[in-house]
Amino acid sequence: MLTRAYRFELNSSRVPIGEPQLEVQDVSLRFGGIHALSEVSFTVRRGAVHAVIGPNGAGKSSLLNCVSGLYRPQSGRIVLHTADEDGTRREHDLASSRPHTIARLGVARSFQNIELFGHLTVLENLMLGRHIHMKHRMFPAFAWFGPARRQEIAHREFVEEVIDLLQLQAFRHAPVGSLAYGIQKRVELGRALCIEPSLLLLDEPMAGMNAEEKEDMARYVLDVNELRGVTVMLIEHDMGVVMDISDRVSVLDFGRLIGDGTPDEVRGNQAVVEAYLGVDE
Amino acid sequence: MSLRRRAAGAPVDLADQTFPRLLARQVAERPGAVALQEKRYGVWQPVSWQEYAARVRDFGHGLASLGVGRGDIVAVLGDNRPEWVIAELAAQSIGAAVVGIYPTSLDEEIVHVLTTAAIKVVVAEDQEQVDKLLKVKDLVPHLAHVVFYDPHGLETYEHEWLRPFEEVEEAGRAWGEEQPAGWFEEQVAAGAPDDIAVICTTSGTTSRPKLGQLSHRNLLAMAQNLTGVDPLGPDDRFVSFLPLAWIGEQMIAVACGLAHGLTLSFPEDAATQRNDLREIGPHVMFSPPRIWESMLSDVQVRIDEAGWLKRKVFGWGYAVGDRVAAQRLRGQRPGLADRALLRVADWAALAPVRDQLGLSRIRRAYTGGAPLGPDVFSFFHAIGVNLKQIYGQTEVCGIAVVHHDDDVRFHSVGVPIPGTELKISDDGEILLRSSSVFRGYVGNDEATAEAVSPGGWLHTGDAGYLDDGHLVVIDRAKDVLTTPTGTRFSSAFIENKLKFSPYVEEAVVFGTEEITAMLVIDPQTVGAWAEGEHLSYTTYTDLAAKPETYDLVAEEVHRANADLPEEIRVRRFLLLFKQLDPDDDEITRTRKVRRNVIAERYADLIAALERGDPRVRVSNKVTYQDGTVTKRDIDLRVLDLEGYRPPDRTKQRPVWSSRR
Repeated sequence: MLTRAYRFELNSSRVPIGEPQLEVQDVSLRFGGIHALSEVSFTVRRGAVHAVIGPNGAGKSSLLNCVSGLYRPQSGRIVLHTADEDGTRREHDLASSRPHTIARLGVARSFQNIELFGHLTVLENLMLGRHIHMKHRMFPAFAWFGPARRQEIAHREFVEEVIDLLQLQAFRHAPVGSLAYGIQKRVELGRALCIEPSLLLLDEPMAGMNAEEKEDMARYVLDVNELRGVTVMLIEHDMGVVMDISDRVSVLDFGRLIGDGTPDEVRGNQAVVEAYLGVDE
Repeated sequence: MSLRRRAAGAPVDLADQTFPRLLARQVAERPGAVALQEKRYGVWQPVSWQEYAARVRDFGHGLASLGVGRGDIVAVLGDNRPEWVIAELAAQSIGAAVVGIYPTSLDEEIVHVLTTAAIKVVVAEDQEQVDKLLKVKDLVPHLAHVVFYDPHGLETYEHEWLRPFEEVEEAGRAWGEEQPAGWFEEQVAAGAPDDIAVICTTSGTTSRPKLGQLSHRNLLAMAQNLTGVDPLGPDDRFVSFLPLAWIGEQMIAVACGLAHGLTLSFPEDAATQRNDLREIGPHVMFSPPRIWESMLSDVQVRIDEAGWLKRKVFGWGYAVGDRVAAQRLRGQRPGLADRALLRVADWAALAPVRDQLGLSRIRRAYTGGAPLGPDVFSFFHAIGVNLKQIYGQTEVCGIAVVHHDDDVRFHSVGVPIPGTELKISDDGEILLRSSSVFRGYVGNDEATAEAVSPGGWLHTGDAGYLDDGHLVVIDRAKDVLTTPTGTRFSSAFIENKLKFSPYVEEAVVFGTEEITAMLVIDPQTVGAWAEGEHLSYTTYTDLAAKPETYDLVAEEVHRANADLPEEIRVRRFLLLFKQLDPDDDEITRTRKVRRNVIAERYADLIAALERGDPRVRVSNKVTYQDGTVTKRDIDLRVLDLEGYRPPDRTKQRPVWSSRR
């Protein structure tokens, strides 16, 4: 009998809750003479919602791009901790890895400007998120029989659980390009989840949304984190949302880390207040 | 479209059965056939009669192990899912009754039902419903267990009340094994037709809902009488998307479903209902008018967006369908030429629309609960859907009077179903007597005595009269008013005439000397109209305040006035700046206007309408979803129709379009 409880794990990290999962160590990134990031260091712990905030141009997206391998920092290390089934720990330096290797390590991300395939349906976009887990040879895949078929059905089941979790049922067969912005953002989150992330990077998941959509998205992010155990690192502008849902907040300003702590600590941090509200001169 | 008639089904006398025994009979006759199916993960997941009965048995044992016994009442709070009916049949199998609570109900309503019926076990759907129950837990001391069937989000909840549905089934299986063999069957056999099976809440426009008790005999007699007129068979499908707490859904989905072995289909999600309806293509439907009205507005909006060729073809096909339907409804047989034309029109224009609406297999569609506009009625008959009016109330299992096939008169509600006596009392009230008349309200003997006279006549509280054997309902008897010149009328009668316009969503009428109306526009149809007129607007409030919108509605009111006697024509109206919302208590969950709330909240507006002020200022408080509250002043216009002349137009707007 098909029960209502989910059968698949979304989280793929075996690092115990509370231990360091991602360590950003003295990362610096320059574009010519511009210092996008200067010696930034902080730690994301397994099971947390870790927010990175800062004014426009502070280097938030650059940092996320370094973690996902799109940019290569000039100096510093970005260490991802993983654990094997038997508990053996491994360390991977993301700063010197290619994006596809990083994706295989379970680092999934969504983009600030939606990067979906507009002409494909929601279902197809999500199935593409499963791509790195599909292993079939060319002929069975073309003919769609035997193992290839069984595998695709198993992946579809996984995708359907994500659709259920994010309540995308009504849009399953709709081309993504025809959907409202808020729904597309949800599909982006869904595709990242289909990778079975060990670490989920969200680049401004609530940008451009109205209050109701933001509340929904915050709910989904919390569900993914609290109920499905996925570590989330997110960039967000909406301070209300950040302070509500984050366990830990790192603040960037002009590429430097000016604050790092719990939401309450950051709220009381003078440098952060000045960066956000300006200083009387 | 011809209507296939079937031989009337059940050989047994349904009135001597109970729901659990009928379930056992279905299992014996067709164990592998699909009883329930729910769309999950994008696929229809079937449950056979045998599996259904096995889950009922396990959950029944589980309920017994939680201390539910004969005569108790189990509440179900949630959307339609297989677990809803499994819980219902499980409770009935061990001699308990079930009461459904509308899933949109808020704290006070929930507490009222739970305390009135002394509920020990609630079967709730999900986190949302469980949260509501946890919030009121101090107010419901009887409640001992909450069983939930959708565990998502509840993984981290720890409360001694809570248990997952499957765990109760498992515990029930183990508990059942400890009982003497045949315990469950004995329980089912011990159930009598006169035991209470279902408790339905009355909609309560005036007071708190009352809990009407219906026995197995009540419901099954109704099923027998209804299917005596309109047969149903085991191949028929039904899509269950209206609340099972509503008598109309219990009536067809559960009572007729068990009696005749219908397959029930449960949609995946509220947002996918329409699509799922279309995939299933049910044979029978019973929905309140708003569903039919929204189907018509859907068609209007989509046809208005279609190209000219499609509009022409549909316009022609509709005209043919409308003409033939009118002949049939007058009892005439259409001529050969018309029948040939209809075949072409059906193929080219009508069948595709039926298919889009999910009505391609529909044999009978019912509407009830409120009057349906003649425009909507004729639209469905023209496209070949056999839409019929039902008249009934919770106290008589939802149905007592229905249109017979090919004898549908839009202003009447039809003739009594077999086994039902109808008479009009001396003061004009409709009285009904049948074996479906309910078994009283829970804990309210006074109200029961008022509703049923010692002779077994149910006082419906509705005023009506007979017209050539057909019943015509005026309104609730206490709402019938008299003008200074002595004309008897009801506000609802005028309101319904106004609401027959596709642009008017709700109407509330005031006064006896000079009739005034507060109207609420339908944002979908008026929005589409505004788009066609190249009229830009921002919000609902903005759209409702546009002078062009006032002109549009004025024409509609003028048209409604033409159907009304001189003394009760609408003199003045205004367009309200917001829609009526059940969350604001302005309207019930079944969308009936709460006049007392309206009268209190909008006293200034109503006074201005009565005085005939040209404008009125109100201050409106808006609470947004994030909790922020803003206050705005709104200037509303009151339009006086004295001396109003509608603009000259050669062409009338067709029923199927919101364009002229």
